[in-house]
Amino acid sequence: MTDRSTIVLLRTRTFSPVLSLLSYLLAGTFFGVVLVKSEAASWYRIQEMFRFQSVHMYGLIGSAVLTGMLITWLLRKVQARALTGQTIHVQAKDPGLPRYILGGLTFGLGWGLAGVCPGPIFTLLGSGVWTMLIVLLFALVGTWLYGVLRDHLPH
Amino acid sequence: MTNLLTSPWPWYVGGPLIGLMVPLLLLIGNKTFGISANLRHACAILLPDAAKPGFFRYDWRKERWNLMFAAGLVLGGLLAGLVCANPEATHLSVQAIHSLQGLGVTLHPGLVPPELVDLHRPVVWLILSLSGLLVGFGTRYGGGCTSGHAITGLSTLQFPSLVATVSFFVGGILSANFLLPLLLK
Repeated sequence: MTDRSTIVLLRTRTFSPVLSLLSYLLAGTFFGVVLVKSEAASWYRIQEMFRFQSVHMYGLIGSAVLTGMLITWLLRKVQARALTGQTIHVQAKDPGLPRYILGGLTFGLGWGLAGVCPGPIFTLLGSGVWTMLIVLLFALVGTWLYGVLRDHLPH
Repeated sequence: MTNLLTSPWPWYVGGPLIGLMVPLLLLIGNKTFGISANLRHACAILLPDAAKPGFFRYDWRKERWNLMFAAGLVLGGLLAGLVCANPEATHLSVQAIHSLQGLGVTLHPGLVPPELVDLHRPVVWLILSLSGLLVGFGTRYGGGCTSGHAITGLSTLQFPSLVATVSFFVGGILSANFLLPLLLK
């Protein structure tokens, strides 16, 4: 009985906030590398995907979902704990449909134009595509606009 | 050896690594993998208090992990996109190369065609700003982007994420096949 709580305490103590933030930085770096090397951050690949001209992006997204599904299921099955000590819990998305359809359509229209979703905006900036600053700036304007109009939109 | 560093990864290597991000972030600190929320945090940080809609009034410091993750994305781009950049052009399908020619865009090494970063062309400003505006508004309205819905949401079997992902693709197909050719004409 005491064993488990001692382990949790130990974990919480050793995993300091700084170390924790650093691990997210590292995870992000790893993901950025994957986005470039797998060509998910490529405008060319996105255009190819939306024209159904190659299996590349479909294979990429499909195998990502299957991997995520399998390992997340396993973690929940064995009631794994996070490094911070909490039991792993996946937050459920809010109910409702209009926002997912209308918001999804809007995002998709943007995705197909400059070929970037939010992750690649940051990654391409890092790899020296400076014009992504324009995309980022307007993405912030778009986010702000949603914050302003939120109460008038169907959710 | 250098080839191993610079050559791109096939989908069956990259895909599972992307999928690993979901359990990895859950293991590090019980966090839900997603990136677009950073745009909201950035607004919450940058907007002056007097001009802040309620949507941006929350303690963004609790979400610092997400900002660190985004900073990591920039570092990753630096590492892979500058240091380990693929010297060859993307191996696109024959049909895709034909489509590019139709758009007046060339296939070059790199992740973005040179025609779409050429700021001397007014249409490039239009494409980049419109794309950003739609991405920013759409991800917040739809409650997530490719990582939050298509990867995290689908792999945790959430119905709203399926609806969102299908909508992403409908929008993307419309935009790539009709809107972009119209703009580049």
